[in-house]
Amino acid sequence: MSPAVTITDLTRLFPAAPKPALDRVSATIRTGRITGLAGPDGAGKTTLMRLIAGLLKPDSGSIRVFGSDPVRDAAELRGVIGYMPQKFGLYEDLTVIENLTLHADLRAVVGRERDETFARLLKFTDLAHFTGRLAGKLSGGMKQKLGLACALLGAPRLLLLDEPGVGVDPISRRELWRMVGDLADEGIAIIWSTAYLDEAERCDDILLLNEGQPLYAGPPRDLTARMNGRCFLLPVPAENRRIRLAELASRPEILDATIQAQNIRVLIRAKTGSESAHFKFETGSAPAAPRFEDAFMDILGGAKTGASALTHILRDIPRDGATVIETRDLTRTFGDFTAADRINLKIKRGEIYGLLGPNGAGKSTTFRMLCGLLTPTSGEARAAGIDLRHSPARARQRIGYMAQKFSLYGQLTVAQNLAFFSGAYGLHGAGQRDAIDAVTNCFHLAQYHGIKADALPLGYKQRLALACAVMHSPHILFLDEPTSGIDPVTRREFWTHINAAVQRGVTVMVTTHFMDEAEYCDRIGLIHRSKLIAAGAPEDLKSQAVTDENRHPTMEDAFITLIERSGL
Amino acid sequence: MKQEPKHKVRKAASVFSFRRFRALCHKETLQIIRDPTSILIAFILPVVMLFIYGYGINLDTGRVRTGLLCEDTSPDARQFASSLTGSPSLHIIAYDSLPAISEALTRSQIRGFVIIPSDFSIKLRRAESALAASASVEPAPIQLITDGSEPNTANFVQGYVLGAWQNWLAQRAASRGLAAPPAISLENTFWYNPAAESRNYLIPGSITIIMTVIGALLTALVIAREWERGTMEALLSSPVTRAELLLSKIIPYYFLGMIVLLLCIAVAHYLMGVPFRGSPFPILACGSLFLLSVLGIGLLISTATRNQFNSSQIALFVAFLPAMMLSGFLFEISSMPAPIRAVSTIIPARYFVSAIQTLAQVGDAWPVLRRSLIFLACTSVLFLGLTAKLTRKRLE
Repeated sequence: MSPAVTITDLTRLFPAAPKPALDRVSATIRTGRITGLAGPDGAGKTTLMRLIAGLLKPDSGSIRVFGSDPVRDAAELRGVIGYMPQKFGLYEDLTVIENLTLHADLRAVVGRERDETFARLLKFTDLAHFTGRLAGKLSGGMKQKLGLACALLGAPRLLLLDEPGVGVDPISRRELWRMVGDLADEGIAIIWSTAYLDEAERCDDILLLNEGQPLYAGPPRDLTARMNGRCFLLPVPAENRRIRLAELASRPEILDATIQAQNIRVLIRAKTGSESAHFKFETGSAPAAPRFEDAFMDILGGAKTGASALTHILRDIPRDGATVIETRDLTRTFGDFTAADRINLKIKRGEIYGLLGPNGAGKSTTFRMLCGLLTPTSGEARAAGIDLRHSPARARQRIGYMAQKFSLYGQLTVAQNLAFFSGAYGLHGAGQRDAIDAVTNCFHLAQYHGIKADALPLGYKQRLALACAVMHSPHILFLDEPTSGIDPVTRREFWTHINAAVQRGVTVMVTTHFMDEAEYCDRIGLIHRSKLIAAGAPEDLKSQAVTDENRHPTMEDAFITLIERSGL
Repeated sequence: MKQEPKHKVRKAASVFSFRRFRALCHKETLQIIRDPTSILIAFILPVVMLFIYGYGINLDTGRVRTGLLCEDTSPDARQFASSLTGSPSLHIIAYDSLPAISEALTRSQIRGFVIIPSDFSIKLRRAESALAASASVEPAPIQLITDGSEPNTANFVQGYVLGAWQNWLAQRAASRGLAAPPAISLENTFWYNPAAESRNYLIPGSITIIMTVIGALLTALVIAREWERGTMEALLSSPVTRAELLLSKIIPYYFLGMIVLLLCIAVAHYLMGVPFRGSPFPILACGSLFLLSVLGIGLLISTATRNQFNSSQIALFVAFLPAMMLSGFLFEISSMPAPIRAVSTIIPARYFVSAIQTLAQVGDAWPVLRRSLIFLACTSVLFLGLTAKLTRKRLE
């Protein structure tokens, strides 16, 4: 079978960037298969998509799409490529049917062919009842399906999907996989870009990128197979799980250690000779099936940090078992839309509490109310024993908040950001200098002190944002999607810091849409359509999804089961 | 789901397709109608601006507050003072000392003041006898001080006081039965704007500003929005050609702009009583060419930036402010320094201001209109041509 896309030594530079967005990438994308374009933000995924679609010119190397050049033969190729950009590329003030009609007109799908195609696509995407609704009023999952339907008009032979699964609820994500799988079976070549590595693992082929560098091309299981015999699960009781984790992570022979439900999951570094194959890790540990992320960690060289210096920065808070965050029927409406609907939470000191849910479910709204940034419409919220309705400013002094997309001052240098945020939290004089020095060491920021925050690599922006949130030694840390789009090594480092903070008695509340990250939390709350549909320890939630067919459900399975059970 | 045969290759997309063009125009029109901001910018803002320029800004002065310090107690001085007070253009306030009157000027309580010095009547009489003897004339015996920080008003004060002075001298000469000093009397007649109401030229001028906002700001914003929402990528990866895309941004906004032009003229004429003496054809022709020029500017801005905030800032600086300052709408171009005059030649608003003011006040004065039409045609070709050249099909 002839390949759909052949990429040879492709390089693309952007004038302002020091490093190439893509550096000598080669790959073959075959028809009838889903090829995952995987990697963290800034890996070059979107650039590659645009190059394949003929929207950008390569600096060197070549791309052939069905044997043609995407730039020179654009006119010929546009009819056979369907492209769904990030955020789905829909006109929000046009209705479902108007969006479809526009794309049908642009792609010469007319007359009877149009009627048939519309009927088929509306059935396929289950949007037939919503044709008159404005695209802007659709849920995330429905937007995603409409975006796909628009990209499918004109019967493309190559379908480019740029991060279609981001922030969509797990049921919609699962449906999208089924639909795209059907399309692949019909012989369409599909490129699916993603920052979720569990999603990448499900593709037929994978092209793994990191900072413009190609790391791997081929079926994901071949890469994952390299980790066979190097993954172990070690059951550890909850009370000393985090201490044990820190201890294990600092051992040189260990590549990576993470918390997974009641176990610590350990990866062993590759060793020369045959001993690695028979490595018996420790008594009580059981071998585990490797995952794609494990292989990615292996390529990147494993987690770099052992212990976090954050323990030396934060004041120790006596663990008195008090409830530090409490809400009662917390509700917020915007016009006729209820963004958070009677949310009840009780979080104890020293807990990590995760809020899990798709975009638009109400995570950030709940968060902002708990930080005193948004006034609740009704209900109560208390943080660190202070009623947020009456004295939000006083509560904020005890809170550290890291906003989505890291609310740093992009035009200020790292040092100026640190000085500003420490000052804003009331630090001054020697105390301020000590705090800045301490976080500079802890987050390895010294080399970047003179650089503007905007120019930092993504991982360092995230480190700086966390540094700014902890300088005043808060009792509670609110982290709003702190790790989205970040490579697994930096993510691991980030969680090391969180674990260190918790050991000092800090209470951490975090939102995420990474299902696996939810397992690092002591308890999680599932938010769906503005309601808290379930809350509890990760293992408890997963055990609710156990069925005869599925004895070991994943977090995603649990989420789907609980959504279905909630009847929302 | 069934696919059609894969080998069916669709027609090459490089030629202009009326179907695609119509679909894009339809989409654009729906977006205009459904987006509250475009309705606000296109229909509410113009009417508000018309009323602000029509009633809020007034370049005419009513009665100017003017101080009077009379140091002479002679009947001559009192007579002149009362004639000043009787002037319909001056509101005279009497003061009794120089410090008090200076203070009043500093505090902007008055716009200028007249001093009648203590030797007023002596000097006056001396001058009159010198005049009778055909000898050289003595310097004027009154002093006028005006507030130079507002030159326009200062000129008014000077003009009114001078007028009152000459009037008084003439009356005085006549009442004495003397051979009056050569009766040089100025009689002002304003052509084209008989009432000399600034509203009559400010409102047509402000239509220029409104059209600039719609043409440049709105187009720059809507294209930036397509980039921000990712819809531009979806369009560019479809078989749409550059010409279809550009035209689909020009045509709907052209019609919107023309509707607004007619709406503004209707409001100005029927509600605010501004005359429009021109005939429909030149109004539509000038309006069309001007609108195409500013649409070109808007599209050019959108090729430079893909962010709504930046594009609105740029539109403000390259379209709105020049239309305000360098178009001759508020400030006379002929009194600008040469380099700035040179810059103003590529500002389409300049030609449209002249054309629409002519059409409103004079009528179809073809020599003026022809010049404006030629230059507007040039600017529209310039800006649309630049846009066509710079718009890249690709994203770089």
